[in-house]
Amino acid sequence: MADTMNLSGPRTSAPTTTLSVLDDMPDAPRRDVRGYTPRQLFDLFGSFVGAAALTTLLFGWFLPLQGPIGWVVVWFISFLVLYALMVNTDADKQEVADRVVTVLIGSAGVILIGALVFIVVYTLSRGTEALLHPNFLTQTMQYAGPLDPLSVGGILHAVVGTLIQISIALVITVPLGIGTAVYLNEVGGRFARFVRTVSDAMTALPSIVAGLFVYAALIQVVTKQRSGIAAAIAITVMMMPIVVRSADVVLRLVPQNLREASYALGSSRWSTVWHVVLPTARSGLVTAVILGTARGIGETSPVLLTSGITAALNTNPFSGPMISLPLQVFDFVRSPEPTMVARGFGAAAVLLALVLTLFLVARALGGKAPGELSDRQRRRALEASLRDEARFALRSDPRAAEPPATAEKVTS
Amino acid sequence: MTLVLDEASLALAPPDKARAITVLPGLTDRIFKTVAYAAGGITVAIMAAVGVFLSLRAGTALKVAGFSFLTQRAWAPEHQTFGVGAVLFGTVTIALIALTVSIPLSLGTALLLSEIVAGRLRSLLITLVDLMAAVPSIVFGLWGVYFLQSQIIPVSQWMSTNLAWIPIFAVTNADGSAATDASAFTSSAFIAGIVVGLMVVPTQTSIMREAFTRAPIGEREGAYALGATRWGMIRTVVLPFGTGGIIGGTMLGLGRALGETIAVYMIISPIFDINWQVLKTGSNSVSALIALRYGEASDFGLSALMAAGLVLFVLTLIVNFTASSIVARSRSGAESDG
Repeated sequence: MADTMNLSGPRTSAPTTTLSVLDDMPDAPRRDVRGYTPRQLFDLFGSFVGAAALTTLLFGWFLPLQGPIGWVVVWFISFLVLYALMVNTDADKQEVADRVVTVLIGSAGVILIGALVFIVVYTLSRGTEALLHPNFLTQTMQYAGPLDPLSVGGILHAVVGTLIQISIALVITVPLGIGTAVYLNEVGGRFARFVRTVSDAMTALPSIVAGLFVYAALIQVVTKQRSGIAAAIAITVMMMPIVVRSADVVLRLVPQNLREASYALGSSRWSTVWHVVLPTARSGLVTAVILGTARGIGETSPVLLTSGITAALNTNPFSGPMISLPLQVFDFVRSPEPTMVARGFGAAAVLLALVLTLFLVARALGGKAPGELSDRQRRRALEASLRDEARFALRSDPRAAEPPATAEKVTS
Repeated sequence: MTLVLDEASLALAPPDKARAITVLPGLTDRIFKTVAYAAGGITVAIMAAVGVFLSLRAGTALKVAGFSFLTQRAWAPEHQTFGVGAVLFGTVTIALIALTVSIPLSLGTALLLSEIVAGRLRSLLITLVDLMAAVPSIVFGLWGVYFLQSQIIPVSQWMSTNLAWIPIFAVTNADGSAATDASAFTSSAFIAGIVVGLMVVPTQTSIMREAFTRAPIGEREGAYALGATRWGMIRTVVLPFGTGGIIGGTMLGLGRALGETIAVYMIISPIFDINWQVLKTGSNSVSALIALRYGEASDFGLSALMAAGLVLFVLTLIVNFTASSIVARSRSGAESDG
């Protein structure tokens, strides 16, 4: 290897590296960096069971720890020690470190994802108690007291309130947020950099401070009462920076050569934005808006200060308090009554289901990068270019065009 | 290749002048530009309004309190003695506990997602983690109050009896004797910190994972070619390249943890004192203070709350900007490799 490198050409004036070849050095076995052999699986499984047995044995007699969490902690530590010892019987130090760290990394993932999934499942399962009563989604709490059973009262007013508030927030956020993102990417300039800095700064605004702002600036000064519109504005202040930022990122991903192609064809700035940039980024923009919506729906602290609490249905955002789902959850669980807590979990389950649905819709729509087409879009693009081909053929030589009638009909 | 120009030909040639490119924007373009400019302007105006209004209103209270605002612990604006000493301490304690919980989890999960699992399982897990970033904080709060609290109290008790030689883990009664009753361990900064920690893990994980996947493939293969194990490769290639992502992601999580309101508000029992014993009942945070006191506040009291909010905002702003500049810098470094 080293010799051939030295001979590789006449102009070897540059310093060369010579590797000494040790013929007597045995080849180490090939290192397997992925995948598991039966032996490794056995190590894993054996220490898993061994640690469980050891912990159960120790637990009753020697250890001061109590409760399931204590058991799991002791089990995990003894599992790691046993596993390291077992791997150590037939591997070098580096490989032991590798295996132990892999187990640690894997357990971090298992703990995290387990905990997060558990939080969702816990909320949904405790929510079923209230959700099993059909009145929960069709009635309000107007005529239901804290001591009433679950068959009376529901959260219709909170669902309606959430929908009204988020709709108002979206009506303000979508044009303004996407408009700002277009401005940042397509117009640019010094002011655009300033806009970007300010909107980045605003992502740091704590949600309670946004609520306090609306409370002090709008409710105390102008409207003198809490209302749906105040809550919607507080949500808007929270959602705006999120939507601007993610729409900005999406528009930046639109390939520059698409824009250049459009300008080269002589189109104006506006038609480039409207016919090239926005359609290319459509799915990403929808995702940005939906993720912002999911965040906005779940915000509790800004609406805590601005929307007011009511048990009745209020469809007028301009007057009177209008409660939303997260605030309703908060209000329910402030009561010590078990039925109210059950209602709180029911409302939380509805909220969670709403957010998860929005997220999954966003994922389904926005899984693709800008410019990547679905099958249907590709078929449509293909049809369009076939039509163009026929049209060009017709234009260059009208007699040669084979089916002139259909081509004419399509293009006109 | 070289162009030789003698003096004579230079003198003869017409003077070089850039051809002027004139752009005559059409009417639609001018409208478009104005509208886009207006959208940007309105966005800035809204956000500037928040900042300016906060500072103006907070100014009234800050003028009265002066620098003692940062150190005073009590919160009684009606007696002109108020400050964020205690609540700021509580905010930072809870955020630090949250980071202690979240850093190992997010670091491990990010490495798991970028280095160990692959294919369909990886994209499923990534979706799950991203999904969790969208779960409303009230759901985390409910879980913390109704599930975690009762489960974690034995652990707190064990820590306070066996690790009491570490001052922050000791839990003492008013007379200095060790507390063992379960009621001394409820509603503590520790529990709030764990819940907030779980809330910020998804954000941290996705930033760290992105940084790790950007570690150059050439160096990875180089490490393997030199006989490294997978962990050896991670230690020598992935982690050094991902340092910026680790720090930046951690700090973005810290920013979120500092501003978290509702989960903290639901869990802690508010006190206006500095409580070093994190396992013991009672803590506070700036955002919980605002949620607690805004309703009964007078005009001046509201201004004092604004000042507290402003302090929190400035804190999260510094943390976030530092974080994003670290992430941005580490990104440009990783891209320079071919």
